[in-house]
Amino acid sequence: MAESYVEHEASHPALQHHFENLEQQREAGTLGMWVFLVTEIMFFGGMFLAYTLYRSKFPEAFAIASNHLDIKLGAINTAVLILSSFTMAMAVYSTQVGKLRAQIIYLVLTIVLGLAFLGIKGVEYHEKYVDHLIPGTLIPGNPFNPDPHAMHLTQGVLMQHVQMFYWIYFAMTGMHALHMIIGVGLLSVILYFSVKGRYSPEYHNPVEVAGLYWHFVDIVWIFLFPLLYLLGRHLGGH
Amino acid sequence: METFVPPVPSRINYINAQYGLKSWLLTKDHKRIALLYLGSISFFFFIGGLYAMAIRLELLTPQADLLQSTTYNKVFTQHGIIMVFFFLIPSIPATLGNFLVPMMIGAKDLAFPRINLLSWYIYMLGGIVTIYALLAGGVDTGWTFYTPFSTTFSNSYVVATGLGIFINGFSSILTGLNFIVTIHTMRAPGMTWFRLPLFIWAHYATSLIMILGTPVIAITILLLAFERVAHIGIFDPAVGGDPVLFQHLFWFYSHPAVYIMVLPGMGIISELIANFSRKNIFGYSFVAFSSLAIAVFGFLVWGHHLFVASQSVYAGMIFSFLSFAVAIPSAIKVFNWTATLYKASISYDTPMLYALGFIGLFTIGGMTGLFLAALAVDVHLSDTYFVVAHFHYIMVGGTLLAYLGGLHYWWPKITGRMYPEGWGRFSALVVFIGFNLTFLPQFILGYMGMPRRYHVYPAEFQVLHVLSTAGASILGVGLLIPLFYLMWSMRYGKVAPGNPWHLPGLEWRTQSPPPTENFDYTPVVTWEAYEFAPPEETEVVGKFHDKVPEKA
Amino acid sequence: MSEHIVPVKVYVSIFLALMVGTAVTVLAAFQDFPGALNVIVAMTIAVVKATLVVLYFMHVRYSARLIWVIVASALFWMGILFALTFSDYWTRGWL
Repeated sequence: MAESYVEHEASHPALQHHFENLEQQREAGTLGMWVFLVTEIMFFGGMFLAYTLYRSKFPEAFAIASNHLDIKLGAINTAVLILSSFTMAMAVYSTQVGKLRAQIIYLVLTIVLGLAFLGIKGVEYHEKYVDHLIPGTLIPGNPFNPDPHAMHLTQGVLMQHVQMFYWIYFAMTGMHALHMIIGVGLLSVILYFSVKGRYSPEYHNPVEVAGLYWHFVDIVWIFLFPLLYLLGRHLGGH
Repeated sequence: METFVPPVPSRINYINAQYGLKSWLLTKDHKRIALLYLGSISFFFFIGGLYAMAIRLELLTPQADLLQSTTYNKVFTQHGIIMVFFFLIPSIPATLGNFLVPMMIGAKDLAFPRINLLSWYIYMLGGIVTIYALLAGGVDTGWTFYTPFSTTFSNSYVVATGLGIFINGFSSILTGLNFIVTIHTMRAPGMTWFRLPLFIWAHYATSLIMILGTPVIAITILLLAFERVAHIGIFDPAVGGDPVLFQHLFWFYSHPAVYIMVLPGMGIISELIANFSRKNIFGYSFVAFSSLAIAVFGFLVWGHHLFVASQSVYAGMIFSFLSFAVAIPSAIKVFNWTATLYKASISYDTPMLYALGFIGLFTIGGMTGLFLAALAVDVHLSDTYFVVAHFHYIMVGGTLLAYLGGLHYWWPKITGRMYPEGWGRFSALVVFIGFNLTFLPQFILGYMGMPRRYHVYPAEFQVLHVLSTAGASILGVGLLIPLFYLMWSMRYGKVAPGNPWHLPGLEWRTQSPPPTENFDYTPVVTWEAYEFAPPEETEVVGKFHDKVPEKA
Repeated sequence: MSEHIVPVKVYVSIFLALMVGTAVTVLAAFQDFPGALNVIVAMTIAVVKATLVVLYFMHVRYSARLIWVIVASALFWMGILFALTFSDYWTRGWL
């Protein structure tokens, strides 16, 4: 009998009934998030494909449209997001070594930086709204209709191809912003439980897993920033 | 084998462990969730079947007498959408897979039970949204949603249907994620990768496609919905967009999706062939790795759907070549199954009848796929009934037969009751005859030039269409019989022992129906997959389970 | 298997490297390199930055081989999506 079956050991309160031990539970949680991130990569992959195709089809229109994005705000947002990734990594580190006060502080900082990113993004979106750069009829009553002179359209570049850039811009940054919002929500839940003292050096997989998600969202932006904001600068942006 | 000691039997099982609607709707038990799925996909299968009936009835005569063109467009579209997204894709993984993956690897549950329940709710939400779209007025784009018709010209409920499919996709992703993590982290001690039943390998490969492909269709449908609502132009050639981009993105998922449907079926067939031949499968590792190979190669062939869609001829050549390559792992499986049958002591129970039917029909389906993968031949056969017949041979002759075979095979484990064997064999035969009568004539129709998606046709095609409709009626009867006797057996069937087929697999080493945590103790695996003990020893295991005492 | 704890020093240096990378990519964007080099420079910097995040912030450098395989498979499938789609678009003009 004893040879055929594995007996249960006394368990940690956070151990779910269907796992043998915390190590297995942690492994499953981390692996699950990585597999989920693979689906995220493929999800964004479809949009990166559309971007690559239309950029190669309409290079001038894309460069002109890109030059109308606010590079300062884009660069600041990149820095904000990288900083938030750093504080997130530090939050995980603090939990691992049992510094629970530092853990809470870093989590709060990460959330605040995430919100700052979203705020700056909102300012940018508003500028585009004012300039009638929101593609199609996404905003009823304010269709895509920018001033051709302000856009510095050159000979042979069609406004509809500029619109294509803006649609891809809004689709990608919008989807990214949605992931940021989900991430902030996720971290708020983690923060709630960490204030309640649930996480310890033995059990902190949720913090780690939320961190993986947060870093992934950061990585998406690391690609979006040069692809969308910087692609036509050397052609004389303003 | 010799170290195995069966657990002390108890009559408390996952079904009678708790009572009440709430205990089902809030369950985290993978077996109960599998039954929730079983009920819901059966419902959608029924709806899809009704649409199929309407199609076949309309095609009985060359004129439009039952349905007008606009209605007919909606009927075949909705048949496809319901059957593909709400029956075929979840069918085997979400029911039998959900039930058996943890049991076969010796785990208590899937790695994320709550996510598993969530995936069912997402499926139901997607289903409700889609049903709403159908009731509100339906959709007429074909299940493929090709642009620019779907974005610009169609006057039907494209966005609502798309939303339903988009939501449903997440249920598929979560199921795949759960399987992958479970198979990696939850195997019982001693259950090495090469001791896994081939059903598990097939589900692992299926899950790979689910997590790698489904997100792409999700974003594609999202872009399509925005295009339709806000006229942005990403797929609209009038403003520089490219409708062929939609086809690339759509088939990047939807071709591999065919393997989401058929790979779990192949997993079932590997189980059935080995177990009902009472023999280890011929070339275990070839069958296991061919599943992975199909999952990978399946992603390299989507362009064969675009041969006549203004895709570059050079890309066509590449895709044609790669499409031939994907036949290799499928053929490996068929050869290995037949080699397993050679000199085996085969028992022709109902599941085995379905398995043998599968081998024949899948082979026909696969071989006709090669016709379509050949560039020049496809120009003639594209969008004809030849294509319709080909993919029904894979999806119905393949997936549906495997699903029915698996359902009968594990029915005693799931319900604790035996199904009536005589009725089972009879209906398997009816399904097989009805299926072939339905779809064999369609190959000829397609070859003669009958295009798909038309409700009127030249009079000379009528004989073949009548044959096809007659076959569909037989098939319908063959599918209704199991519905009745399976429901009957849940109450009146013979009580099933723990191991009615006398097999070595882990799922047969616990009581029927299993307890909530599947096994009384975590089992330690010391035997290889399909390792049949000498006859007398297998008998002992079986007899023990037959003697499970009936407590009141 | 106990988890690996990455020292704070590593996190700080990665953070600084990422900031420098951002500055370099902005500066490089205003230089006119010949031909496709503009894109190559920008993408190289982005890939390096992403790799640093994956290896250190996401701990992949210290993780099981399975995680490496998962990351690699995601990139591989992205590669399939791009390569086969562009096998169509790039060869359309050949005939």
